[in-house]
Amino acid sequence: MKSFFNYIAEIFSGVWTLLTGMKVTAKYFFTPWKNVTQQYPENRDTLVMYDRFRGEVIMPHNDNNEHKCTGCGLCENACPNGSIEIISKSIVNEEGKKKRIIDQHIYHLGMCTFCNLCVRACPSDAIVMGQKFEHAHWDRSSFTKVLNLPGSKIMEGIKE
Amino acid sequence: MAFEKYDFTPITQSIHQALIENVSPLLTTIIEWTIIGVLYLLFIAVFGLFLVYAERKVCAAFQQRLGPMRVGPWGLLQTIADFIKLLMKELITPKSVDKFLYNLAPFIVIIVPFLTISVIPFAPGLQSLDFDIGIFFVTAVSSVGVIGVLLAGWASNNKYSLIGGMRSGAQIVSYELSVGMSLITMVILAGTMQVSEIVELQRGGWFLFKGHIPALIAFTVFVIAGTAETNRGPFDLAEAESELTAGFHTEYSGIKFAFFFLAEYINLFIVAAMATIVFLGGWMPFHFGDWAAFNNVMDFIPGLVWFFLKVFGIIFLIMWFKWTFPRLRIDQILTLEWKYLLPINLFNILLMATMVLLGWHW
Repeated sequence: MKSFFNYIAEIFSGVWTLLTGMKVTAKYFFTPWKNVTQQYPENRDTLVMYDRFRGEVIMPHNDNNEHKCTGCGLCENACPNGSIEIISKSIVNEEGKKKRIIDQHIYHLGMCTFCNLCVRACPSDAIVMGQKFEHAHWDRSSFTKVLNLPGSKIMEGIKE
Repeated sequence: MAFEKYDFTPITQSIHQALIENVSPLLTTIIEWTIIGVLYLLFIAVFGLFLVYAERKVCAAFQQRLGPMRVGPWGLLQTIADFIKLLMKELITPKSVDKFLYNLAPFIVIIVPFLTISVIPFAPGLQSLDFDIGIFFVTAVSSVGVIGVLLAGWASNNKYSLIGGMRSGAQIVSYELSVGMSLITMVILAGTMQVSEIVELQRGGWFLFKGHIPALIAFTVFVIAGTAETNRGPFDLAEAESELTAGFHTEYSGIKFAFFFLAEYINLFIVAAMATIVFLGGWMPFHFGDWAAFNNVMDFIPGLVWFFLKVFGIIFLIMWFKWTFPRLRIDQILTLEWKYLLPINLFNILLMATMVLLGWHW
């Protein structure tokens, strides 16, 4: 007799769990304004990417054309597939000391896997991940970028 | 009654009269058959394509997506484009298949919806065959489809197809029982198997309300078993994409694949239409007790609209199942049928018979 009651109870609990599942999907169905799909080329002007999205490596510059890169080369070492090349040069500063600064921070976008390791390796937060993702281009050479702008200097107070 | 003005009998009668006055009786019959055949062909093609589109949109909404949006406004032309693509594709016949059976199978599968759709009354006077064993005819004919599925699985000479075909065979043969028995339950209540009469008997109220508890149980069982019969939803392990590529129709391409695809969706329509006719009063409007004004307003909606409203309601329910529940294993499917649905159904028949005997229905 007990097994018979178990059988009946099983049927009702089974139906109940199925109805619970259907309630969840019904909530999705009847709230279409919460859909996650975006109509991409149409919403291009209003498109906002997510904060964590990794589009490309960029080096932010301030208004005086100054960046934070010291040319230490840690990002070059951190990069697993050699997408970053650091070309540094020596200058003599006002105190007459020889100093190594960045000449060109070369970034090969075509080789980058957007793993974020270079950004984490950077001691002075000079490079960050940008949001731009429309990188398609006719010419491969345009994927090699120099991140420090021409004529830019290192910011004051960045520790070597 | 107000809704008699939506009766299609005068139109069909006038066509018949016009033909019989002008040509010989034999030619009249042939022309009428041709017209009906072409109409059903058109209906199946257009409605099948529409159901595919509806399924993609409904599925998308259940998963918080948009579905097809690019071809035509709101993606309306998507399935038409897909169909044209399928028509232009090459018909591949793999090397070591059983050629005759391989080519025969899709036709057997597509014949079934053509046969079953003939007894469905779409609106008053819009029914081509009105057997006095209509319900029996539907259950008998709809089990022919499994032969096509088994043939397709066997003739493809491919282990995935064979497994899919065998699963489908085991499943459809089992669930046929539940479909038949839940229909028998309602036949006990109606006292007739003639489809037009079953609809007519529901003029005072749909059988789902007239037969209350046993009818509700029979309706639930019918929808579950009907979903299984069409190889859909949580019971789609005959094609189980993740395990069997596409099951019994893995080796088919082009229009032959389209036949399987179309047959699945038209069978979905047939199951929904049968549920509508037997439980929800076919094309009968919804009436509530003695609210005369409400009933009159309901009467002004044509029978055709009522029929399709109800059918779409059931189809939506079945799609809802499909996009909510995970797929069952083969042993779970057989357990559900033989240990749950069948005993419940047998008990339900007894309950319905007792109720009809004692006059406990409305």
